[in-house]
Amino acid sequence: MDVLRLLEKSQMRTDLPEFGPGDRVKVYFKVVEGNRERLQAFDGVVIRRQGGGLRETFTVRRVSYGVGIERTFPVHSPRIDRIEVVRRGRVRRAKLFYLRGLSGKSARIADARR
Amino acid sequence: MKAILGKKIGMSQVFDQQGELIPVTVIEAGPCTVVEKRTLEKDGYLAVQLGFGFVKERRVTKPLAGQFKKKGIAPVKYLREFPVGPDEKVEVGDQIKVDAFTAGDRVDVTGRSIGKGFQGVIKRHNFHRSFMGHGSKYHRGVGSLQSRDASRVFPGRKMPGHMGDEKVTIRGLRVVSVDPEKNLLLVHGAVPGPRGSLVMIREATR
Repeated sequence: MDVLRLLEKSQMRTDLPEFGPGDRVKVYFKVVEGNRERLQAFDGVVIRRQGGGLRETFTVRRVSYGVGIERTFPVHSPRIDRIEVVRRGRVRRAKLFYLRGLSGKSARIADARR
Repeated sequence: MKAILGKKIGMSQVFDQQGELIPVTVIEAGPCTVVEKRTLEKDGYLAVQLGFGFVKERRVTKPLAGQFKKKGIAPVKYLREFPVGPDEKVEVGDQIKVDAFTAGDRVDVTGRSIGKGFQGVIKRHNFHRSFMGHGSKYHRGVGSLQSRDASRVFPGRKMPGHMGDEKVTIRGLRVVSVDPEKNLLLVHGAVPGPRGSLVMIREATR
């Protein structure tokens, strides 16, 4: 088991900021188009972090033009250029799936107290 | 010589250059010692016997211990033969390490699959299940074994029985990376056998 953990650790990223469910983040993702590479920002609320080690993923939810969009990224993916934490949210659970049924005012998340 | 014995450590994932996650099996391979050479004159066929794994001297049976002593080789836990061509230049006592392989190579991996015990026909032969309700009392059975005219069951009929714990070879797996320092070999995809079991790795034969 230890060999596996070491192997995974060597690939894990340490340059990303700390963030968790409820936080509003901006993910700059490298998109390959043909042989060109460009950055695409995906901005929304983190509604879950799932898995451990190298396999860990997080899901960002945003509502654009009235349609809810969720994207899941591997936390340690080299395709993530950087992550900006826009706001820290105060939430009381780890998975914010209840946001899917809400819209407008009720879908807001209070800022975390410093 | 592109053949080696190893211990399956487990499965993991790695990111490749494109940032894609690829599933890998981590194998601790070698170092192996060439313990014996089979020759045409003496044995009627060509092969190289590799030894792998640490074992305490007092655990080795006397006949084997004598063989090791005669050749001046440290005792090993596993011995396996690999067929080789006539112009293979390895000698008894030579070491074979993971660096015989490079990333991108295609390999065949042989192991002993996980034993499943006595299994029914659904798990063992991918039969369909029968109706579960509405008065049906026939849920996971084998179904009909033959036609009435035949009046006998033909040999080879798929039936319940022991499953797993057999020699399985997976062909053409890609070597993702090699770590000569830690004797690690990363192979794309799954490999037969439970964690900690012996696996034989050789260059893909086709």
